[in-house]
Parts: sequence; C-alpha cells; structure tokens
Amino acid sequence: MSKPIDQFTWKDIPIGCVVTEAGNAREYRTGDWKSQRPVVETAKCIKCGVCWVFCPDAAIYKNEEGYFLANLDYCKGCGICARECWTGCIKMVEEEK
Amino acid sequence: MSEKRVGMEVSIAMAEAVKLANVDCISAYPITPQTHIVEHLSELVADGGLDAEFIPVESEHSALSVCAGTSAVGARTFTATSSQGLALMHEILFIVAGMRLPIVMALANRALSSPLSIWNDHSDAMASRDCGWIQIFTENGQEVFDQTICAFKIAEDQRVLIPTIVNLDGFTLSHVVEPHKLVSQEDINKFLPAYKPLYALHPDKPLTMGAFGMPEIYSEAKLAQDINLRNSYSVIREVWKEWGGLTGRNYDPVETYRMEGAKIGLLVMGSFCETAMEAVDRVREQGIPVGLLKLRLWRPFPFDDIREAMKGLETLAVLDRAISVGGIGGPVCSEIKTALYGQTKRPKVFSFIAGLGGRDVPPDHFEQMIHEALKLKKKRKVEEFMTIGIRG
Repeated sequence: MSKPIDQFTWKDIPIGCVVTEAGNAREYRTGDWKSQRPVVETAKCIKCGVCWVFCPDAAIYKNEEGYFLANLDYCKGCGICARECWTGCIKMVEEEK
Repeated sequence: MSEKRVGMEVSIAMAEAVKLANVDCISAYPITPQTHIVEHLSELVADGGLDAEFIPVESEHSALSVCAGTSAVGARTFTATSSQGLALMHEILFIVAGMRLPIVMALANRALSSPLSIWNDHSDAMASRDCGWIQIFTENGQEVFDQTICAFKIAEDQRVLIPTIVNLDGFTLSHVVEPHKLVSQEDINKFLPAYKPLYALHPDKPLTMGAFGMPEIYSEAKLAQDINLRNSYSVIREVWKEWGGLTGRNYDPVETYRMEGAKIGLLVMGSFCETAMEAVDRVREQGIPVGLLKLRLWRPFPFDDIREAMKGLETLAVLDRAISVGGIGGPVCSEIKTALYGQTKRPKVFSFIAGLGGRDVPPDHFEQMIHEALKLKKKRKVEEFMTIGIRG
C-alpha cells in the first residue's frame, strides 16, 4: 500500500473496495485492541505446548529454546492459555501496566 | 436501425429485451407480479434461444446472492422481483451496491404486506430507496423495453459500475398487452457491447471483494459510493441520448407534459403518468394553467432538473403511491421539498397519497388533487399530507 489506510481519502479507495494485493492482511495487527497480555514465567514452564494447542487465534509460537510465547501482534488477550496452563506459568497482565 | 412493431405483454417484452442484451446469467425466484418475466426467460434458456445460465434458487435472498457471484466473475447478470421478494433481498441489495457489481433488476412494483396485497403501488421501491442502486421508473411497455437495454449499458459503464433497478408497475404495466417496437439484435449488439469488468474474480489474478472496512476507512468508502452514484447522472444522460439517436425515443430524468406557461404542476411517477396526462388535458380545458412533471430517475435524484422544471410554478401537487407511516407521509414529496428548500423562489408543495395496494387513481382523482392544491395554497396551515380516494 502506498500510504497507511487511515490517510486514504475517498478517491484513494479502489472501486468497490476491491483488495488487489494478495495477503495484505499481514499489515493489519489484529492484536492492537487487547486489554490484557499473557506473560510467561519460563522457570515454571515445562514446554508441554498446551497453550499452543488451545490458543484460538494461533498466536502462540515456539521460540528457539522450546518455550511457547504469544505473538503480541495477533494475541487478543483472551486468557485461554493462562487458564489452560497446567503449571500456572502464564499470567494475564493489564496492557497499561 | 431496424425494429419490429409487435403486440405483446410488457413482461414478455422485458424478457425479450434481456435476451437481446445477451445476458450471461439470470437468477430469480418467481413472485407475483414479476413472474412472467422470469418464466419467459427460463423458457428462452431451456429452448436454446438464449445462451445463458438460468440458476433456480429457493429464495430471493439466494437469487441476489447468486447474482453477486456471477457478476463478480464478470458475467452480465439479470434478476427480477417484487415486493416481499425485494424485502428478502434487502441485505444483499446494499452489498452488491457497495461492491459495485452492475447487476440489472426488474422490479415489478407491488405493495408490501401486511395486509397481504399482490397489487401495485411503490412501497417496495420506497422501502429500498437508500440501497445504493440506480433506480429508474417507467410509464409504458416501450419504456420498459428501452430502459432495460439502457440499464445494462449504464450499470456496466466503467465510470459507473452500479447495479440498476428498472421499476415497472405491477399488473398495470407488467400484465398488459401493448405494442412494442423491438430493436434488432444487430443494433442492440452495436449499442451494447460485451461487458468488460474492471475487476473480475479469477484464479489467475487473486482479488478480495467484499472485505471488511475498519472505522478508519468505512466513512470514506460510503462517501465514495455517494459521489459515484451522483456522478452516474452524466453517464445516464449520455446513454439515453445515444439511445434517442438510435431509436428516436428520448428520455430525460424529469419529463414534462403541457408545462408551457404552467402555474400549477402535478408530479407523478410510473404508469399513472398516462392517466395524469388525461387529467391535465381536462383541467387545461377549464382554463387552469396546469402541467405534468414525470419523475423518471429516482436515484441518483435529479436535483437540478427538478429545480429547473419548477421554475415559474406557484403550486405543486405531488402524488405518492407509498406511505411513510408515522413520519413524512409521501417519500417522493419529501425529496421534492428538500430539493426546493434552499430556493428563494419556489412553489408551495402539497403531498397527496393515493393508489396504494392496487387502488385505482382515475383522472377525476388527479383533477381533485389539482383543485385541492389550488384551494390549500390560500390557507396558511397545511397538513403533512392529504389522501385522495381513501375513505377517511
């Protein structure tokens, strides 16, 4: 996209709001509107991956050390990972903190 | 140019116009009084006379959804409905307009339930007024034929790309047999070349149509839709002018009858214009300078033409064949008043509601509207609207 969408005037919008660029949803960070984020205490994590299984938005990835972490660009802060975690190593923290 | 004069039912003439327009796809669900249009088209397809897909569906919601799909792949698409059918399409009406899919629809105007009525008025069209389609009204069978051909050319123009409704009064137009001049296939082919979509769904070139719009873009998208619908006006005029050059039948957004020197005007839409002309003739004989205004183009609303046509008028009576209950009364009159509000010199406008759900409006009733408006002009206080031919 030539410029950010919030700077488009009506003239910049393609006819019928057609999206001609494939895969441009990547530019849209759907995690912007969460109010809480998961914080992992890796010392307590057993790398079981239950959070990865339950995440409804596939926002959890495995890092190089084998720990499971949330990609905050896409995490909506629903808290399912924290609830399902067996060891209680995930805590939901208010975004403003 | 060659054309053949034949007597046929207006619905059949409309179906023949769709055939002559080389339509690629038709999807519709039968509903009175639109039925004969799609019945005839399905016969034409089944008999091999029309090389198109006729997709039968289980509802009008599906019919217009199918049309959205076929139009999105670049097929010239037609549908037809009435009343409850249009109401069931309501959701998709707005979607295809926003997606700028140039579908053409015949709307055989019929009253909305309840009480259930299969008969003619304009309440279906008025309830879908803001759907974003170009909306054209017709007066007789020939106009239905002509406007159907023109509708494809207008809708598909790359400067427009807006779906278009051709309104024809249910029964009073759809079911009457009239003489029609059918333009030859050769001439139609020259006038209406194949549809060239700006965007079409194809696996070789992926596109997203109908995506969501976040709050930071939705308003701009709606503004674009409004401006483009307004701008379609010049293309509509251009297409009508070209059709006039070809056939000698000329169309304008607002047409007039005996408006020379008129001080009082009567504004009507659709097939009742013909009856109103008779009333105007009678009242002219009584020495009253009355003229008739026929509103053909409903969307985009022809503000300038309306203001121009009103010049010199002191009084105006507007007939509405729909009622906005608990509100403004007549939707057409409300638009006319809005168009005139900013004018320093403007006629005093009176709203009349008549002809609901198949109730006839004979010439006498039009005469009554003219006389009533002249009487009311002298009074200071005016009702929101008056009714004619309704037992009060």
